[in-house]
Amino acid sequence: MKIDKALIDYLEELSCLSLSEEEKIRLTGDLESILAAMDKLNELDTVGFQERNHPFDGVNSFREDIVLPSLERELVLQNAPQRNAEAFVVPKTVE
Amino acid sequence: MKGYEVVMGLEVHAELSTKTKIFCACANKFGGAPNTHVCPVCTAMPGALPVFNRRVLEYAVRLGLALNCDITRCSKFDRKNYFYPDLPAAYQISQLYAPICKNGCMEIALEDGGTKTIGIHQIHMEADAGKLIHDPANEQTYVDYNRSCVPLLEIVSEPDFSSAAQVIAYLTKLRETLLYLGICDCKMQEGSIRADVNLSVRRPGEALGVRAEMKNLNSFKAIARAIEYEAARQIEVLEKGGTLVQETRRWDDNKGRSYPMRSKENANDYRYFPEPDLLPMQIDDQWIEGIRGSLPELAHEKRARYIKDFGLSEFEAGIITAHKNISDLFEEIARQSGQALESARLVTGEIMRMMNNTGILPEDLSLDAGKLAYLVKLVIEGKINRNSYKDALNAVFTRNVQPADYVKEKGYIIVNDTNAVAQAIEAVIAENPNAVTDYKSGIQKAFGFLMGQVMQKLKGAGNPGAVKAALTEVLGS
Ligand SMILES: [Zn+2]
Repeated sequence: MKIDKALIDYLEELSCLSLSEEEKIRLTGDLESILAAMDKLNELDTVGFQERNHPFDGVNSFREDIVLPSLERELVLQNAPQRNAEAFVVPKTVE
Repeated sequence: MKGYEVVMGLEVHAELSTKTKIFCACANKFGGAPNTHVCPVCTAMPGALPVFNRRVLEYAVRLGLALNCDITRCSKFDRKNYFYPDLPAAYQISQLYAPICKNGCMEIALEDGGTKTIGIHQIHMEADAGKLIHDPANEQTYVDYNRSCVPLLEIVSEPDFSSAAQVIAYLTKLRETLLYLGICDCKMQEGSIRADVNLSVRRPGEALGVRAEMKNLNSFKAIARAIEYEAARQIEVLEKGGTLVQETRRWDDNKGRSYPMRSKENANDYRYFPEPDLLPMQIDDQWIEGIRGSLPELAHEKRARYIKDFGLSEFEAGIITAHKNISDLFEEIARQSGQALESARLVTGEIMRMMNNTGILPEDLSLDAGKLAYLVKLVIEGKINRNSYKDALNAVFTRNVQPADYVKEKGYIIVNDTNAVAQAIEAVIAENPNAVTDYKSGIQKAFGFLMGQVMQKLKGAGNPGAVKAALTEVLGS
């Protein structure tokens, strides 16, 4: 897959990022080498192997519907970059 | 519609009424102070891992069976990626590749008396997002994650609807089904059931048109209005020679129009991939059959039973089964009073009237069935008359009085005591010799007067039939 400027611009928008031109050039190179590494996997011969749903073998790892205490609010908000007494605060995002 | 037909599909989100959230043990409760039902999982703190709530799977299968779906034997979760502050992980755990239920259907009643089968494309399980509260005063948005990871079922229909009435009929029946299954409280005003409508228009026989997805539809009325508006808007664009773009539009019910949502412009690129943090679900026949066996009686089954076993009219049965709270109340009154027909009359009459007058919604109705059953028995046994009955019902509705004390205080109990009646008649005759003479000389009016006097002596508690017979007898002798 070719990483071009249009794709980088699109990914930038999808990811809600704001990238400088230098960063875009660097990312183009990074993403190309990441994809090249992934393409390497496609060289593996997988004939005769069944497709798997998950890397692990288990199924049905469930929890019963029983309430446990939640985290104290002060701890929840402790590391928030911006907050008030009861909530995380973010720039205007509601349409 | 100027030679166009409307094609619609529905995506309904139903919040499940489990005790805990889908992937963590926080309480699943509406309301509550902001960010008090949250933990590292539902706020997506680094390293926190989801653990799936078994009951969510059970509820999904319940609905799937009720809607005639195929249950997926090996179901799994996928990640849906998007960036928005209501989604702390920047992905929603949902299902794309192997949703729990597929290929279902629901039959709806049409206005012309016929029926139509609406296809259910799939039902999948997912986690709800948090809530954003915008403060216009300082242009900031507050984020409350109490709703984050609340379990949702998304019910995706086929594009089988061609009118607003069909959409409403489907939603009404779906809500009824969710309520009867006991898996969602369906409070639209609290957002526990939300519907998005996909709508396109086309000339009959043509390929499907470009669709718009409408969001923020908060009531059945808003849904009907939004559909009318959007169909008219699309037809107008086409008639003017314009082209439509696929978009998401937000309905503004106050203004009666919709607006494109810019934040959803690239909404279809969610970069789904299999969720690595959760293992697949392997579902066997025995488990499914266990759930099938425990499915409660659904509304249409109740309707048929009420008509057959209790002799209710189709109309009465329809009103009573429209909401599970109402049918539960009816069954309890009927059981305790042993009077199904009179109980149905009470529910479809006085109770409906009271709800209309006070604006109480079926989901918020809480009446003491035992008290109502007590009054039903009194009126059926002729111990109180219809007027007293209505007044006592009203006192139960408004002040939740003890009916036994209330009817006693009010002197509503009809006196069948022949002694008391005879004494009252004797006294009235002694006090009104003129009226007695009038009656005996053929003036019929006098009888009414004497009758009234006797009833007054009995404080309105006389059984009119019995009093009339006794008075006639005494006067005739
Ligand atoms: Zn949690």
